[in-house]
Amino acid sequence: MPTFVYMTRCDGCGHCVDICPSDIMHIDKVHRRAFNIEPNMCWECYSCVKACPQNAIDVRGYADFAPMGHSVRVLREEAKGTISWRLKFRDGREKDFVSPIRTTPWGSIKGAAEYAVPRPEDLASQELAHEPEALKISGGLPALRPEQLKQGVL
Amino acid sequence: MGMFGRRKTVFVDSDILVIGGGMAGCGATYEARYWGRDLNIVCVEKANIERSGAVAQGLYAINCYMGMQWGENQPEDHVRYARNDLMGLVREDLGYDIARHVDSTVHKFEEWGLPIMKDPKTGRYLREGKWQIMIHGESYKPIVAEAARKAATKVCNRIMITHLLMDKTKSNRVAGAVGFNVRTGDFHVFRAKAVIVGAGGASHIFKPRAVGEGMGRTWYAPWSSASAYALPILAGAKMTQMENRIVLTRFKDGYGPVGAYFLHLKTYTQNGYGEEFESKWYNQTKELVGDYIDRHPVPTCLRNHAFLEETKAGRGPIRMVTKEAFQDPHKETVGWENFLGMTIGQAVVWASQNIDPKHTNPELTTSEPYVMGSHATCSGAWASGPEDYAPAEYQWGYNRMMTVDGLFGAGDTIGGTAHKFSSGSFTEGRIAAKAAVRYVSDMGKNQPQVSEQDYKDLEREIFQPLETYRVGRNEITGGTVSPSYLLPIHGLQRLEKIMDEYVGGISANYITNDQLLNRGIELLGMLKEDMAHMGAEDLHQLQRTWELHHRLLASESVTQHTLFRQETRWPGYYYRGDHMKLDDKDWHCFTLSRYDRESGKWAMEKAPVYHIID
Repeated sequence: MPTFVYMTRCDGCGHCVDICPSDIMHIDKVHRRAFNIEPNMCWECYSCVKACPQNAIDVRGYADFAPMGHSVRVLREEAKGTISWRLKFRDGREKDFVSPIRTTPWGSIKGAAEYAVPRPEDLASQELAHEPEALKISGGLPALRPEQLKQGVL
Repeated sequence: MGMFGRRKTVFVDSDILVIGGGMAGCGATYEARYWGRDLNIVCVEKANIERSGAVAQGLYAINCYMGMQWGENQPEDHVRYARNDLMGLVREDLGYDIARHVDSTVHKFEEWGLPIMKDPKTGRYLREGKWQIMIHGESYKPIVAEAARKAATKVCNRIMITHLLMDKTKSNRVAGAVGFNVRTGDFHVFRAKAVIVGAGGASHIFKPRAVGEGMGRTWYAPWSSASAYALPILAGAKMTQMENRIVLTRFKDGYGPVGAYFLHLKTYTQNGYGEEFESKWYNQTKELVGDYIDRHPVPTCLRNHAFLEETKAGRGPIRMVTKEAFQDPHKETVGWENFLGMTIGQAVVWASQNIDPKHTNPELTTSEPYVMGSHATCSGAWASGPEDYAPAEYQWGYNRMMTVDGLFGAGDTIGGTAHKFSSGSFTEGRIAAKAAVRYVSDMGKNQPQVSEQDYKDLEREIFQPLETYRVGRNEITGGTVSPSYLLPIHGLQRLEKIMDEYVGGISANYITNDQLLNRGIELLGMLKEDMAHMGAEDLHQLQRTWELHHRLLASESVTQHTLFRQETRWPGYYYRGDHMKLDDKDWHCFTLSRYDRESGKWAMEKAPVYHIID
C-alpha cells in the first residue's frame, strides 16, 4: 500500500528519503517532514517503514482495491536480528509473526580483498572466487564437453 | 529548479564500471574485487544499494540452488528444466554456466549471515521444490549490499545512468556512461575500461491491472525501468528473445507469489465452481503446441493458458484451495511469512478484505506482461558464452560480453538464461566480472577514450526536460495540461495503453497479430517523437522521464521481436492470432535484433539453438 507519514512523529531526519528504492519519499519544504510524493509508484516494500527511527511511517492499502480498517505494522531490530509483524484485519482479528533476519553480526562479512591474492594464471580458469572449495563437491567445477551441444529440436 | 546554470560536471574514472547495484551488480562488484585487487571498481545505482533492485523488499526463497553437495541436482538437470519451461528455447551454454557456479554463491550467502532454513531430519537446506530452498530473507539485500560495499572502490548511490559512452575511435567499443545525480542534479561522466550492465528489467511497459493508486503494485518492482535493455540497445548491442514477455499467475491484486503455496504447502487451484480445470484444456493445448504439453513439469505458460481459457469460458474466479493446508499451524505461518518476507502488499490486501486463507480460498489472477531475464522468461542481450565449451556461434570474446567490445552484462540484462532468479543473477554478475577483469588486464595501454563532444551533447539532451517545463509552465495558469509539454506520467500511460492494446496486454487477452503490431509500431514512433517535448518539474520527474525513455526503447524492441516471430511459442504468455500454433520447423531458433541509433531502424535475424544432447 502506499505509505504515509504521521506529522506528530516525523522529525524530518530523512532516513526514508535515503532508502526509498522508488525515490518517492521526500521532505516537505514547508513542514520539514517526510511525505510520499507519488503513491502510485509505491510498491509497499516497507523499506522506509523499517528504516524510520520514529516509527512515523505507515501504510494504508491501495485505495482502488483495499477496503479501510486494516493495518500491517513492522518492527525491524538489527541488534536482535529479528523482524516482527502485526497484522490487523478489517474485522479486528490479529496475527503476529517473528522471523530472524541475519545469523551474523552486521558488518562482519569478510571482504573480497581480505582473501589471499589469487594466482595470476587462475584468471584464465573457469573457477570463480572461492571455487572449487565453496562448491563443497569433489571432482572440481563441472563442465560440458563442446561436442555435447548440438543443434536440433528436442 | 534553478539548477540549470549551476550544475556541476563530475568525472568518475574506473577500470570497471558496474551499472545497477541489485543482485547482479553486487555479485559483479564482489567478484571484480576478488580478481582485480588493484583495480578501480565503481558501482553506480539510481537508488541506494542497501535496498535496491528486485530484491529490495526481501525474498522468502532462493529459487536456483542445485544442491550438488548432496547429489540433489546436477547443472544439466537445471538446463533441461529451464529448456522445458521455456518451450525449448534457452541458451543452454549460459544456463549450464550459472548452474555449475550457483551453489558456491549460495554457500557464501549463508556464511555471510543469510538465514537459510534447514530440514530438521536431514540437516540439508529445506527444499520448497526441486530447485527452491527456503530462507528468512528480509535482509537478503542488505547482506549482499554489505559484501558489495566492502568490495567497491566507490558506490555511487542516487545516480541514474541514462546512456553508455562509446570509444572515440572504435565505434563498437564501450568507454563509460553518463547520468545525473537525482538529489543534486549534477551531471556525471563515468569513464571506464569495461562496463557491466546489471540494471533492472521492465515493469510498467504494459498497462497494469490496477491503474489508480495501486498501479505501483506491479508484480515486478516499479523501479525496474528497463535500463537493462535500453542501455545496451542504444549502444548497438544485439538483443535476443525480447518477445518472450512473462505473465504471472498470482494472488489477486497483491500479486503475492504462489510458488511456496503450490510446492511446499501443497495447495491447488480450482475454478469458481470448485472443479479441477487444467486437464479439461489438455486436448486443445495439444492442438496448439503438440507434445510440449506432455512434458514435466508442465511449462509455466501452458498452465497460464488453461487458467485463461477457463476464465474466458466464464467459470472464474480461479481460486487457490488453502483451507485444508492452513489447518496446520506450521503451514499457516509459512503461508503468511512468505508474503511478509517478499510481497507485503498481499498481506495488506488480505487483511483489508478479511481474507484468512484458513477460512477462505483466495482468488488468483494473471498479471499484465513483464519483460525481464531472470524468472520463467529470458529476454535480454545476446552474450558470448563460456570459453571452455560454448559453440563457436555463441563465442566471440569474453564470457558474458555482449556484441559490443568491453560491454558485459548479468541478471535481467542477459538473454536466454531463464530461471536464474536472485542467486543466479548474483552468480552471473560474478561470471561477467571475472571476464571483465581479464578483458581489462588483456587491454594493456590500448584504452578507450570518451569524446567530450559526445558527453556534452548528451548533457544537453538529458537536462532539456527541466528547461522545457520551465519555459512551457509560463504559458499556462496551472494544472497538468500544457500545449507544449507532456509530463512523464502522461508518456508512461500512453506507452502502457499502446502496449496493452496492440502488443498483447490484459485488455486484449494477451492476443496480437501483424496488423495490430504494425499499428503499435506507428503509435510508438509518435510517442518517441513526443519524447522531445517532455517536461520535468524537478529532478524526480527528470528521473521518471529517463525511465520512460528506457521503457519506450525496450517496448519498441519487444514489439519488433513479436512481429518477427511468426508463431505462438508461449501460449499463456502471448498469442499471435495470425499464427496460433507453435512452429518448430521455422521457429526453433532465437530471435535477434540490432537497433541502429542513427536511422532508428531494427535489423532482425535468427540464431540457432544448441541443446545438450546426452
